[in-house]
Amino acid sequence: MSQKLTREPEAAPGKPEPTPSPARPDPKRPGETVFRGFALGAGIAILAILAAVATFLLIQGSPALLADPAALTAKGYGPFLEWVLPYVFGTVWAAVLALAMAVPVAIGIALFISHYAPRRLAQPLGYVIDLLAAVPSVVFGLWGSLMLAPAVRPLFTWLNANLGFIPLFSGQVSGTGRTIFTAAIVLATMVLPIITSLCREVFLQTPKLHEEAALALGATRWEMVKMSVFPFARPGIIAAVMLGLGRALGETMAVTMVLSGGRNITFQILTSENPNSIAAQIAQNFPEAFGLKTNQLIAAGLVLFLITLVVNMIARWIVARRAAYSGAN
Amino acid sequence: MSKRIETTDLNVYYGSFRAVEDVTITIEPRTVTAFIGPSGCGKSTFLRTLNRMHEVIPGAHVEGEVLLDGENLYGVGVDPVRVRRQVGMVFQRPNPFPTMSIKENVLAGIRLNNKRMPRAEQDDLVERSLRGANLWEEVKNRLELPGSGLSGGQQQRLCIARAIAMEPQVLLMDEPCSALDPISTLAIEDLISELKEQYTIVIVTHNMQQAARVSDVTAFFNIAGTGSPGRLIEVGPTDKIFSAPDEKATEDYISGRFG
Repeated sequence: MSQKLTREPEAAPGKPEPTPSPARPDPKRPGETVFRGFALGAGIAILAILAAVATFLLIQGSPALLADPAALTAKGYGPFLEWVLPYVFGTVWAAVLALAMAVPVAIGIALFISHYAPRRLAQPLGYVIDLLAAVPSVVFGLWGSLMLAPAVRPLFTWLNANLGFIPLFSGQVSGTGRTIFTAAIVLATMVLPIITSLCREVFLQTPKLHEEAALALGATRWEMVKMSVFPFARPGIIAAVMLGLGRALGETMAVTMVLSGGRNITFQILTSENPNSIAAQIAQNFPEAFGLKTNQLIAAGLVLFLITLVVNMIARWIVARRAAYSGAN
Repeated sequence: MSKRIETTDLNVYYGSFRAVEDVTITIEPRTVTAFIGPSGCGKSTFLRTLNRMHEVIPGAHVEGEVLLDGENLYGVGVDPVRVRRQVGMVFQRPNPFPTMSIKENVLAGIRLNNKRMPRAEQDDLVERSLRGANLWEEVKNRLELPGSGLSGGQQQRLCIARAIAMEPQVLLMDEPCSALDPISTLAIEDLISELKEQYTIVIVTHNMQQAARVSDVTAFFNIAGTGSPGRLIEVGPTDKIFSAPDEKATEDYISGRFG
């Protein structure tokens, strides 16, 4: 046992040096000043960028938000909220579908790499997953629309025929296969790598001590994972899912290319009556938009921004809620 | 519920490296047996072969037999998971499950057996195990709070409660006091003396006074040098080992001449 453990570097003995007060860096150490300034600058920059984007969205989007609904209706755009609602639904629905498919698979792959696979297999598999993250979204879009959509049609027909009693799979099956379900599969493929990599890292950090505690009680490997790995990794899994969700919510290119969406609010995922996502809606309409229409699309962008913000806040709340029970203490 | 452990010419390997060589020892039921010896002499490794925990490390395997009342723990078709349910273990550092409450920690092993246990019986078992680990009075009012909120010594006793809730045949302790202060150490040592009424206890310790205080039998392990396997040098009644050992190496070690 002890031969296998790597010795941790011991703290260097010696006289404790007087620590300079963090408020005023020692002038004799220019490195301190430079790094301090750099870190501070970076911290401010991220806030400034966020503020700049939010300001842009607010200023450019406000005409559509503040315009008289009658004027918007007269131009054929409809009141803003009424107009944006189907796209909000489409955005969230596509992301939820994508996560429902991606999360179990991602956790499964991550667990396989971290706790089941022999090391020779685990590493290459990890690289392959990371490679998936390097594929540009336009390529995913091409793949989804040209290959996946025709390929899944038989599956759709089968689901509709055999599981059509579930509302999800009911309705008239789309002839093209370019439905919200196909878009969600493409999105799931795209968010898979980020969720997998993060989960893998978190799973690998499970303290040996907790794993051994479970094993010594006579836990099987899966029971050990349930008792030690998952509880420890829970906040990490939530963070990974939220990052994936953020990507799925904002993904534009692939959805635009795969989905033939409209202003539908429906939970049927196999029909040609599909909702559209905010991002795809903006991408499809922005080139020809002018005047108030531009403002309307930018306001939709603001809504997307807010959705992502809310999602992140909920995630933080979930993580914080059980802090006392987290693996960190 | 206490069984005899016998090993004959047991060799333990990590891959091709032989960590422990030819250990032959009999550990009697209802006794405390202490393993002492310098760091890296294989005593922890050997302890872990008694409930197959060394198998957690890839490539680790044994040659030879470990008999628990005559039944070979390494026999064909013996599931390590079943072995560990009979042979409980307490680790160097307290390791209660951080996401579980005190009560859930005690019941963790029972839950693994998928036993549907009525609530009253569960409460009973929790109380019995915590009393058995001398922890009941300190935690009886906060059973629903996380186990990680306890002090180090209390956490270690919680781990002992968790192990004895399984009603094991044998209890292995791998330096259970090395992360604890002297008062908590004393509490654990008192507990060990009580537990030996019911269990076969094997304890690894670096603290020779501790071995002298708690154990009935002491086994001294040593290595010839780095890279060579650990060996069991001498085993005998603790009084004898600490007063008149047969081997020179044992005497040198316990009198502090090396190690």
